[in-house]
Amino acid sequence: MNAKLKKNFKTGLRLAGAVVLTILFLFPIYWLFMISFKTADEIYAYPPVWWPESLQFSNYAVLFKDGDAATVGNSLIVAGTSTVFAMILGTTCAYSIVRFKTGGDHLANWIISQRMIPPIAIVFPVFILYVWFGLVDTYFGLILLYTAFNLPYVIWMMRGYILDIPISLEHAALVDGYTRWQVLWKVIFPMCRAGLFATAIFTFVFAWNDFIFALVLTRTEVATYTVQVTHYFGGQSNFWGKISAMSVLGTLPIFFIVAFMQKYLVRGISLGAVKG
Amino acid sequence: MLKKLSLPKIRKLGFKYQLIAPSIIILLIIGLFPLVYTLVVSFQGITMMDNDTSFHGIKNYVAIADDTRFWGALFHTVMFTVIALPIELFLGLFMAQLFIEKLPGRQIFIALLVLPVVVAPIVSGATWSLLLDNRFGPINQIINWFMGEELTLLWTINPTLVYPAIFLAEVWQWTPFMFLLLLAALSAVDKAQLEAAAIDGASYWMIFTKITLPSIWPVMAVAILIRGLDLFRLFDIVWALTKGGPGTMTETISTFTYVKGFQQFETSYTGAVALLIIIILSFVVIGALRKVELSR
Repeated sequence: MNAKLKKNFKTGLRLAGAVVLTILFLFPIYWLFMISFKTADEIYAYPPVWWPESLQFSNYAVLFKDGDAATVGNSLIVAGTSTVFAMILGTTCAYSIVRFKTGGDHLANWIISQRMIPPIAIVFPVFILYVWFGLVDTYFGLILLYTAFNLPYVIWMMRGYILDIPISLEHAALVDGYTRWQVLWKVIFPMCRAGLFATAIFTFVFAWNDFIFALVLTRTEVATYTVQVTHYFGGQSNFWGKISAMSVLGTLPIFFIVAFMQKYLVRGISLGAVKG
Repeated sequence: MLKKLSLPKIRKLGFKYQLIAPSIIILLIIGLFPLVYTLVVSFQGITMMDNDTSFHGIKNYVAIADDTRFWGALFHTVMFTVIALPIELFLGLFMAQLFIEKLPGRQIFIALLVLPVVVAPIVSGATWSLLLDNRFGPINQIINWFMGEELTLLWTINPTLVYPAIFLAEVWQWTPFMFLLLLAALSAVDKAQLEAAAIDGASYWMIFTKITLPSIWPVMAVAILIRGLDLFRLFDIVWALTKGGPGTMTETISTFTYVKGFQQFETSYTGAVALLIIIILSFVVIGALRKVELSR
């Protein structure tokens, strides 16, 4: 009895710890979201107002009226398109590396090391390249860069998922008269559907959340939401209402995606090192 | 097994190269070409005023050696890495320990706790500048409640407070990353072994260092590698909170390079800096990849 009581007490203590931690970690997100629904008077009130009187959508209305909300659309276009390209190219490349040992270990290691170069070192020469070719502030330019930046990740992740597919399935398909390309499209792609899905989501989130590439390579036409957020920072006075509303517009879709992605989260963020 | 594949493989020798060609071409365009270009430019004398493409030798590299601002930025970057990384690691490990056993609502807690990881770093920087605002932010308000007096802490301006401010944002965003990975690693530790050790009378500390730690180490090493490299490229959070200021106090390698290349347009000099970063990091990555088993 005593042991059971002790165990219950421990669980209670752990539960209390969990609640406190969760509140601490969620409070910044609460504050960001809450500010976006405040009126200007409430945002610039001293002492700060901890919850708004009523939900105001005026901050959002301004973003839509001024057309700033379109930057979320830009994020969607560049992140979405580059994800599709990176997935198709990366998966076929990964398949070649796994099944035919193309390039051996060196190629695989070179590819993953590409991922580890700091973006600032990549974007500097790419910017000059883009100036030459007139690709600054174009969808194509940004999509190309995100595709290239995400390729190593896709190749690396899909390599892991393809390794999990038994080779005997491919033998059977080849015996049945499938061509190599048919094996790839009709056996490999369907077999690693879950992996494709999970990897695509992370690829999308990387591009969606990127700031530095978009900061350097966009001006006004294809500015993404992360760049737009920083436009509201200004010297002494920041436009908190706009900053928070814009941030929420960009963050909410990611939260929804992640809610459905719990199962794949660990493998995705650990570069496939943890199967989770 | 693979022998059987060799017949069609010979017939379609080009197939495997067809598969990798598009990816490799893109990686070469975006990866290798800029590298070569950076190398060339770093030996020239291009600035905002002067498009001087003549050969300047190692002039820019000598200038870097004398540039205290560059070394300062490198020092800050290393500081951020060596301080934030252990904090995130230990806090993440502590949280993982808390959630390893059964707990009511465990899945919901975990789902909520990982949310900071997927917030765009620039947004989390913006969020923390809201929270730390000297007048309208809640954090100064809470501190005032506890201190019982009116304090106006200038988190992003006061030299003694800027580092804590950046660490707060950084640790808030990435501790859940460590937590998630270490939780997965802890779940994979052999329970029978732990129980056997406990029955044999081993202390908690003994069990942790002799069984748990060796078993979670591969995952921990990967987590440290990924986060270490991320911290080395730290840009967004610093940009949102301080833009490297006050002065150049919180400047990182990335913000320094950005300012040099895109605000002061010291093209050749920036090329040399970028190349130097790549070289430094290549050694770190090659060394680390040998030690860490990233994937089978």
